[in-house]
Order: sequence, then structure tokens, then C-alpha cells
Amino acid sequence: MPKLYNRIFITVGTTRFDLLCEYMLSPAVIHALKEIGCKEVVIQIGNSDVDPGNFTKNEIKFTLYRFKDSILEDIKKADLVISHAGAGSCLEVLEEKKPLLVVVNEDLMDNHQLELAEQLQIDGHLYYCTCDTLVNTLNVVDFELLRPFPKANPILFVRYLDDIFRVYKNID
Amino acid sequence: MEILSFLCLIFTALVIGVTARVIYLLIKIFTTECALYQDSNLRTIFCIGSGGHTTELLRFMRNLNCRKYYPRLYILADNDINSESKIFEAENKQSTYLLNKIPRSRKVNQSYFSSVFSTIYSTLITVPVIYKFKPNVIFCNGPGTCIPICVVAFILRILFLLDCRIVFIESICRVRSLSLTGKILQYFADLVVVQWPQLRDVSLRAKYFGRLT
Repeated sequence: MPKLYNRIFITVGTTRFDLLCEYMLSPAVIHALKEIGCKEVVIQIGNSDVDPGNFTKNEIKFTLYRFKDSILEDIKKADLVISHAGAGSCLEVLEEKKPLLVVVNEDLMDNHQLELAEQLQIDGHLYYCTCDTLVNTLNVVDFELLRPFPKANPILFVRYLDDIFRVYKNID
Repeated sequence: MEILSFLCLIFTALVIGVTARVIYLLIKIFTTECALYQDSNLRTIFCIGSGGHTTELLRFMRNLNCRKYYPRLYILADNDINSESKIFEAENKQSTYLLNKIPRSRKVNQSYFSSVFSTIYSTLITVPVIYKFKPNVIFCNGPGTCIPICVVAFILRILFLLDCRIVFIESICRVRSLSLTGKILQYFADLVVVQWPQLRDVSLRAKYFGRLT
């Protein structure tokens, strides 16, 4: 019995990602979502060219909104997150140890963000695809094979700084 | 005639002096750990960029001892509306820090020709800010907005007007190549830190301490 992903959260970040929002509502993608057990979809659409609102389509409950102060709650509630390639969103999701599929926006010229998604896929922390390969990726990949993302460790660097920037008077 | 040759002599001496000072500083930066010995606290500047850069730098800032790195001055672009609340949030909603807004050197869609002048203008504006604050440490992580601040700090250091260390932290997004800011700053920042081990191979002297954010 494969794992079911009941609640899926999609985030496009602070700008817009028209193609992804459009694709998420297309029959092919909805079918692929149902295949992995999806019953509820929440989409943070940003400034994309779709209307926010609540509706049910093919027995899946959709909630679309533009922005929230923090998407952390939605990430925590989700069983699977589909995100744009922004580093902030990717790291936030990985920190919550949620399975993550990154959809790269090919319309963006400045694609050094792709570098990070690529590396994180090589290290086995997420999968990434484009809008065109979204359905196929959802069908094929096994999110249970993803490895948890190790916690950031700034302590070494902070200690190094404390060491080279010596302060005579003891501040602590 | 004699006055003229005297002036020439002074000018030559100055050029030689400044060159020697620059070479001395560069050798020091490239070969030593650029230690800083301070009686008490470290006056610290954080160069706030935009969006993801801001978030990354502030997340790192939270790990620093706030009594050692004190007072803290945040320099940000005057059209940056989001960063201010992020700083307030990161400072635990206490206004024990300083803020300074400088004009942005190149606005979106501005022509390159006029951006030369606006860059010079925004660089000049930072001079009194940095000179008055007299930072011991400057933290920056790009984008380009931090370069004028670092250049001014370096020039003041050449002139013995300031003794400060520049710490550049490359964004986690850069996996295989340094950002343009990183490529420039690696020649005169005291410490260049990258967050992916493979980046050490493509940079002059970057250090890797693991992932910071």
C-alpha cells in the first residue's frame, strides 16, 4: 500500500507563476493528484493570473489565496508540498521535513535558483521538474525515498568569528 | 618652479605611501586570519540587500551574541519596504538597533549611463554614515548594494580612519559558482564564507563551515 498524500500545499512565492497555477487545475494534474491520494489542495497563488477562492473540482477541495504573513502553518498541515524554486520556500519546507516537489519556472531568466534545486535533488532531499513534466513526475517518483535535510549548523562559524574577533572584557 | 617640484614630490610620496598601505593590507587580508582585538563590544554593520538575501542574513544574525556585536547598524536601500519589518522581527521587536537608509544605486530600468552617477552619489552618501559609526565588523551577503559600503570601509581603512573587518557570506543559492558580488569582494573582504564545500574550489580563499541557514 503506497503512502497517501491527503493534503497538498502549493506555493509560488512572492511573485507569480501563472503556468503552474493553471496546470494545478488541469484535469491531467488533478488526476495525477488523485492517484497519490489527494483530497485537499491549498494553493498560494501570489500575483498569478487566477482568481483566489474555494471550490470543489473532481472531488478535490481547492483553496486558493494570494498571500499570507507566514505559509508555515500550511506547510505543517500538508502531507506533500509543491513549490517554486525559491530558496526561502524550499528550505522552509525541508526544515519541516515535508516531502517536496519543486517546479522550476522556465520563464525566469535568472535561474541560479535552479542550482540549489538541482543540488538538493542530487543529495536526495527533493525532486524537481518543470510544468511540462509535472504529471509524469507525480506518477513516477516515490516521495518516501527522500532523505531528511540535515539541520543548518552555524555554530562552527560563530565560534570561528568569536575566536578571531577577540573581545578582552568578558561580555557574557 | 621650486614649489611645483615640491608639490610633485609630496604627491609622489603620497602615491607611494597609499600603494604601500594597500599592498600591506592585501597581504594581511590574504595571508592572516585578520584577527581583531577589541576592548569591549564590536560595532557591527549589517548590509541588508533584498528578499532572500535579507532573510538569510537576519537568520544568521540571530546566532550572534547580541551583547558582543553591539551596537548594530542596518544599512538598507531607501526603496526597500519589506526588510524593515523583518529586521524588527529578527531583533525580537526591541529597538536596540540603528537603521540607515541610503539611495539605491541602480533602480530597475534605469539607464547604465545615469546609474554611474547615482552609484557615485549613493557611495558618497555612505561615507559619513560609515565614518561616524566607525564599525569594527561589516557583515554582508550580497546583492551588489553592499559593494559601495565595503569599498568605502576599505578606503577608510587604507587611510587609517577606520579599523574594520568585512565578512562576506555567500548565499546558500550559490552551489557551483560565486555571485558577482562574491567574485568582487573576495579580493578585499577579510573573510569570505561559502555554504557549499565545492565552492571552495572555484574561489580564491573562501572558507566553508557547513550550512549556515
